[in-house]
Amino acid sequence: MTRPTPETLAHTARRARAAADPTLDVDQAGTRTATPATPAVRPAAATQVSGAGSLVRSLEALDVDVVFGIPGGAILPAYDPLYDSTVRHILVRHEQGAGHAATGYAQATGKVGVCIATSGPGATNLVTPIADAYMDSVAMVAITGQVARPSIGTDAFQEADIQGITLPITKHNFLVQNAEEIPRVLAEAFHLASSGRPGPVLVDIPKDVLQAPTTFSWPPTLDLPGYRPTLHPHGKQIREAARLMAGARRPVLYVGGGVLKAGATDGLRRLAELTGIPVVTTLMALGAFPDSHQQHLGMPGMHGTVAAVYGLQKADLIVALGARFDDRVTGKLDSFAPDAAVVHADIDPAEIGKNRHVDVPIVGDAKHVIDELIVAVSAERSGGRTADLGDWWTQLNDLRDRYPLGYDEPSDGTLSPQYVIKRLGEIVGPDAIFVAGVGQHQMWASQFISYEKPHTWLNSGGLGTMGYAVPAAMGAKVGKPDTVVWAVDGDGCFQMTNQELATCALEGIPVKIAVINNGNLGMVRQWQTLFYNERYSNTELGTHKHRIPDFVKLAEALGCVGLRCENAADVDKTIAAAMEINDAPVVIDFVVGKDAMVWPMVAAGTSNDEIMFARGVRPVFDEDDI
Amino acid sequence: MTMHTLSVLVENKPGVLARVSGLFSRRGFNIDSLAVGETENPDVSRITIVVNAESSPLEQVTKQLNKLVNVLKIVELDPQVSVARELLLVKVRADRAARSQVLETVNLFRARVVDVAPDTLTIEATGTPDKLDALLRDLESFGIKEMVQSGLVAIGRGSRSITAGPALRAA
Repeated sequence: MTRPTPETLAHTARRARAAADPTLDVDQAGTRTATPATPAVRPAAATQVSGAGSLVRSLEALDVDVVFGIPGGAILPAYDPLYDSTVRHILVRHEQGAGHAATGYAQATGKVGVCIATSGPGATNLVTPIADAYMDSVAMVAITGQVARPSIGTDAFQEADIQGITLPITKHNFLVQNAEEIPRVLAEAFHLASSGRPGPVLVDIPKDVLQAPTTFSWPPTLDLPGYRPTLHPHGKQIREAARLMAGARRPVLYVGGGVLKAGATDGLRRLAELTGIPVVTTLMALGAFPDSHQQHLGMPGMHGTVAAVYGLQKADLIVALGARFDDRVTGKLDSFAPDAAVVHADIDPAEIGKNRHVDVPIVGDAKHVIDELIVAVSAERSGGRTADLGDWWTQLNDLRDRYPLGYDEPSDGTLSPQYVIKRLGEIVGPDAIFVAGVGQHQMWASQFISYEKPHTWLNSGGLGTMGYAVPAAMGAKVGKPDTVVWAVDGDGCFQMTNQELATCALEGIPVKIAVINNGNLGMVRQWQTLFYNERYSNTELGTHKHRIPDFVKLAEALGCVGLRCENAADVDKTIAAAMEINDAPVVIDFVVGKDAMVWPMVAAGTSNDEIMFARGVRPVFDEDDI
Repeated sequence: MTMHTLSVLVENKPGVLARVSGLFSRRGFNIDSLAVGETENPDVSRITIVVNAESSPLEQVTKQLNKLVNVLKIVELDPQVSVARELLLVKVRADRAARSQVLETVNLFRARVVDVAPDTLTIEATGTPDKLDALLRDLESFGIKEMVQSGLVAIGRGSRSITAGPALRAA
């Protein structure tokens, strides 16, 4: 059980009060639905409220159970009705934390994550998590206060044009012009955020609009004439894709985050097993296909497995499902998979053909695409059209045997970061959620933890946001309170957002943080080692040399349990000790060596053919086999 | 690089032009000409954009434009089967000695004089960009004091209408 804190108790009391008091939420009772994306089905009769009241009632009607935020001047009116609401508000320590928490919540639960901030600096502090959610297509709604309408454009106190600022990093955004619009705009925001290709939507509401009297009624009518995402793929394209899949000698299923978002992982497994085609899952798709499955070649890309990189590179057919041919996957684009025909299925037509020429474009939701591919491929097979993949598997298995993921123990006797992460995955098991920051620890966590289930791996893939892990883990734990949530963070990342551990301690959110503390900005240092002649300019953080900060003391100061582990013999028991603690957040300071590097590696801007298995070691490909 | 003329039908709401033009600048395109106005449906505006681009990056911009929630429809107009016009207002030096020659040019191009001052004439002309360029070349010898040009507007030939889709009626 989570230890109750004054904050959680107060919320529970308010919730009970709201439920018991017939004057509160008279019409709200019974309006909640299971799908937050669509406005509640049972209507609420028109009631007189303020704009702020209308906002909070809309959130309740949209089945929002939690929002992450910080109040301030312009958003203050909204916090008054929120005080009595069934919506739980979690008071974070920095708006960036609110944004990443909303993202972590959304990625763990599949529901829309919500964050709230005030105008000006509150809103601009949300810019990084909004950009992060945009790059990783996360369903997030950000609600910001704005200065009163007459003050807009006057450089008023705490004014920022957040609608203008977030134009290129939101799926859509709104500046609410009058209080009557609030229910419709909120319903539209949730619909846009969660449907089609998901993404962040910002709703900016001026203070006088929040204060204005208005009527609230539900459901509103959505007015989005220009928004029509294509969910069902074209049958002709599906049949063409199935024909290519039946005939290909060296096919690969290239699986991206879209498969997780579409809830298509069961179908993916059926399709893979039906066809026997090798599978690679991108950084955003780990968990979409079990790592332990014999058809899984691993992650492709800059730090992918040799087999996955080579598999794509030498394929004669790539079937991309909800993936976007990102530069970290393709390496130098014009030398990527030169012999492959490409089937590219994505819900976003703009992704198709953006980076790589496509032979069979398929626009549609990954679930529908995969389900229809299964039918079409089965038809090919019953017509006797299948290719023998035996030679292909022989080559790939040979590469898997010769170039497995691995690491060398540090020669200086320091603790190996890969060992720590590997043991963490083995001890904690595949039911937990792992949340990574950005850098070496993120890559090792992607490589050395086995992901068997969807939505058990959260990270900042597209934007590469250091500081993502702690607040995102907080959001994930709030969304999945009965699941063990581990953040695997670096000492650099951890110092960007660890203040949210105070939030976790006070709000009863017992996340666990493994700080892989190598005393350096490790990935940058690795590049300095490899490409800048070992000139370590500004990558030493002093967390080893000076033990500043002392992460154990810092954890304790933030209301968490702090543990430290400095040698391999203590790794298992330290992790076990952390697993025993469920009434408070735990931070483990794993003091690891600074010289470990992430391998394999395709250096930025080079061809995937140039993949290095380890420093100075190129894999040997027998070209005659291909 | 070729010139492309895009007709973009959008919801007539504040900020939509910024969303559309922002997409072009973000992807490194220069807009050569831009014209915006209401359509027969006051809820719908029509943006005519002329852009100089290779067709493959232009396709990417078009797809990105289509993703904008306020964009209802995009049609690329084929110059062979569409009518395209610009409006030009130009103030030309025309003292008594030159005036009749200027007027001769005006008549030749079927332009109109819209304002007369002792030493200048202000001329209004509509036409294709080529025609207006030719007019300007002719007027240059007299001395152009000031000029202003509208963006290009264009419409397809024939009876078909691009504003007649079901999505647009809903708007």
